[in-house]
Amino acid sequence: MPRITVTVDGIQYEEEVEPRLLLVHFLRDRLGKTGTPIGCDTTNCGACTVMLDGKSVKSCSVLAVQADGCDVLTIEGLAGADGQWHPMQTAFHEEHALQCGFCTPGMIMSAIDLLAENPDPSEEAIREGLEGNLCRCTGYCNIVRAVRRGAQAMSGQSAAANQEVPAS
Amino acid sequence: MTEVGRARRRKEDARLVTGRTRWTDNIQMPGMLYVAFLRSPMAHARITRVDTSAARGRPGVVAVYSGRDFAAEQGSLPCAWPVSEDVVIPDHPPMAVSEVRYVGEAVACVVATDRYKAADALDAIEVDYEPLPAVLDMREALTEDSPKVHESGNKAFTWTFSGGDIDAAFTGAPVVVEREYVQQRLIPTAMEPRAVVASTDGETFTIYSATQIPHVLRVMLAVTTGIPEHKLRVIAPDVGGGFGSKLQVTAEEVLTLLITRRLGKPVKWTESRSEGNLTVHHGRDQIQRISVAAERDGRLRGIKVDLLADMGAYLMLVTPGVPLLGAFMYNGIYKMDAYHFACTGVFTTKMPTDAYRGAGRPEATYALERVMDELAAELGMDPMEIRRRNWIRHEEFPYTTIAGLTYDSGNYEAATDRAMTLFGYDKLRAEQADRRERRDPVQLGIGISTYTEMCGLAPSRVLGSLAYGAGGWEHANVRMLPTGKVEVVTGSSPHGQGHVTAWSQIAADALGVPFEDVSVIHGDTAIATKGMDTYGSRSLVVGGMAVLQACEKVKEKARQVAAHMLEASADDVEFDQGSFRVRGTGAAKTIQEIAFAVFAAHDLPDGFEPRLDADATFDPENFSFPHGTHLCAIEVDTETGQSRIRSYVAVDDVGKVVNPLIVEGQVHGGLAQGIAQALYEEAVYDSEGNLLTTTMADYLIPSAADLPDFVTDRTETPATSNPLGVKGVGEAGTIASTPAVVNAIVDALRPHGVHDVRMPCTPERIWRTLQSVNGGAA
Repeated sequence: MPRITVTVDGIQYEEEVEPRLLLVHFLRDRLGKTGTPIGCDTTNCGACTVMLDGKSVKSCSVLAVQADGCDVLTIEGLAGADGQWHPMQTAFHEEHALQCGFCTPGMIMSAIDLLAENPDPSEEAIREGLEGNLCRCTGYCNIVRAVRRGAQAMSGQSAAANQEVPAS
Repeated sequence: MTEVGRARRRKEDARLVTGRTRWTDNIQMPGMLYVAFLRSPMAHARITRVDTSAARGRPGVVAVYSGRDFAAEQGSLPCAWPVSEDVVIPDHPPMAVSEVRYVGEAVACVVATDRYKAADALDAIEVDYEPLPAVLDMREALTEDSPKVHESGNKAFTWTFSGGDIDAAFTGAPVVVEREYVQQRLIPTAMEPRAVVASTDGETFTIYSATQIPHVLRVMLAVTTGIPEHKLRVIAPDVGGGFGSKLQVTAEEVLTLLITRRLGKPVKWTESRSEGNLTVHHGRDQIQRISVAAERDGRLRGIKVDLLADMGAYLMLVTPGVPLLGAFMYNGIYKMDAYHFACTGVFTTKMPTDAYRGAGRPEATYALERVMDELAAELGMDPMEIRRRNWIRHEEFPYTTIAGLTYDSGNYEAATDRAMTLFGYDKLRAEQADRRERRDPVQLGIGISTYTEMCGLAPSRVLGSLAYGAGGWEHANVRMLPTGKVEVVTGSSPHGQGHVTAWSQIAADALGVPFEDVSVIHGDTAIATKGMDTYGSRSLVVGGMAVLQACEKVKEKARQVAAHMLEASADDVEFDQGSFRVRGTGAAKTIQEIAFAVFAAHDLPDGFEPRLDADATFDPENFSFPHGTHLCAIEVDTETGQSRIRSYVAVDDVGKVVNPLIVEGQVHGGLAQGIAQALYEEAVYDSEGNLLTTTMADYLIPSAADLPDFVTDRTETPATSNPLGVKGVGEAGTIASTPAVVNAIVDALRPHGVHDVRMPCTPERIWRTLQSVNGGAA
């Protein structure tokens, strides 16, 4: 069996894997990184999206062996070492951009990747940019709002402060 | 400031945005085994041979079973709603033994040491089938010479309801409009695929399932498998959406439990999406013939409905009850002299249907709101004007409808006025007239839906009178901890709705404790010991009420202790914002102080049981009737059939609102699913009964790019049937939006001679409809 070395959320793993093992199963079943869920088997839903060397990928369409030597960032590694949430996590919470939360990890990772290419996207650009991530609960309105709010926060502009609940 | 009514950000979110989730598929246990199912590739066939021997020798394989192996113990999957005297409930083995009746039905399974090995070994199972004819079309199924799905025939049941004198209403009516609408088959598509984990210590069994109904499931699994109820614990951990699809007792739940019983090991099954599209129960699939009789001034005389409902191959948990949930809603918000409803349930060789968001009410609302537009067109009236002439006026509530329900409250005028203003109705009509005048290839259509629905399932007596197998109450347990913190245990079982936040708000107000000091526990039958679970927009109106009532009981007990501590009469002790105060003095005790005093129990009133905790079980006196007015403007390109929603306004009245953020989210999601039925989604079987839409590439649930931004607002007419004044909201958006969208498309095309477009109204369907009415000269 091939041996791979892969860094996931800052920790380096060396593992023997079957060549056919999907990255998402490697993350979930081997490493216990269950924050990244699986919503389909045809690469349509995007729930399993993670960052592979800084670019978003659907981890159900990548083999674990393809991640050899790579750096993987999942939703579990997104918050800072001090536990401080990424601005996009905060934005999703503030804008009520999740209900059941199953699509949320992938949606947040894709949103961050979208902003890397376009730091100030229009509503239309956000909707087009997130086309590969499906949500069945929210109707997307609040997701679009969250991405805009996240974009503002990430660009250093002060997002409208909301004192209701601190992120915790 | 009260907590109820406040847009609290959700307590649920912290885990969900950081990946610290507890989906069923996340669970791993020492020695865990994995199940994969072999499924029928035939819509209808006799199983003549199953050979599992080769599969048994594959690496990692622990066991291989066919239906025959389980025949003695697997029982029959339950139908809890025997709707009529003539209902036929066929035997429904969780794993097929001698005959398969839909593509996807389980015929064998492999249990192996990992999920890949289990899937690999499926290839080595040999099954011989003797094909039988598929039965796919409901009308053909009801003919005498149709092949039969079951020996008893293809009719599952008939059910009728009458209010008023329908013959009198139609005889001599100046206008009668009759239409037929097709509710296409839908796949609910919760984002989390189903998953089941079962384990045993040899005597007791624990089953984790991605289910909406842990409590119902426990009873049903006990009855089906013979495992005594008290030896069976059901846990619904984090559940990733349901929309009715997880309101079910599934073959996979039963079989996973049986495999654990056989092997004594923890066992997990997780479905793939393609497996789910085949075997998660489907929704809708009805043919509706609706006739309306009216006066020339638009006043309704009566409505007649003749419904065919596709059951699929078997009756599952509430399959035959779904059309009944619509039967009382074909009159909607309108007054009329008579109403008649007849329904026939039909067996076909397809996946069984069952509850999908709205369950019966979207179908009824669609047919009614579509036919109201047709009637308006027939009479040359504005479609809003015909609604105004017929709806129940706000001063007429409570109002008993022709279908026999008593609507407690509502204000259709207020919701409509608000929606018309937000929408800019008159301006859009002017633009429409202009485009029609100019023969613009891109026409504008305006769709209206003035809906109500019955939800908050439900008064137990009413459910009993409809032959439903259980009650409609909900339970709560409120526990005051020694440090003054509060645990609310609810029998309602959330899967994305936000119960933890909303119940915290209700308890915080009722007990006068901080929102942060309340935790909410749910979804485990060993902890939340009583419950009726989550469906039918019932959680708040039934479950939330149980929380409130349990809190009131806690407070009354605390009042006794406060009076004792303050040496006053309980009648003189007032409660305000968490403190009990002796009227007219400054003496007071906080509820937290009392909680500790009761814990210590050193000095309590004589005979006082040292606990403040309380249970409440709430059984509603009536359904809940949210309502609203939805308006949709759509541009339709008559040359390409392409449509684009330009604006969508939803004004809903869900009574008092506990958390406006959550309510708005529910409306948004509901709209998306209703619009999806109108424009995108359809489960398609081919002529041999193969499902063609097995993946998300074929079954098109909309993405962000496919949906518009929504304008939402509310009017607030409190329910009078519960002390919170609340109404259900989970299904309203789905119920209202489908007819609003299709009415808009038909409205755009009406000058071209179009009276209907079959759902989903894809560009191709729209284009073909135009071709057919114009003889190719669209």
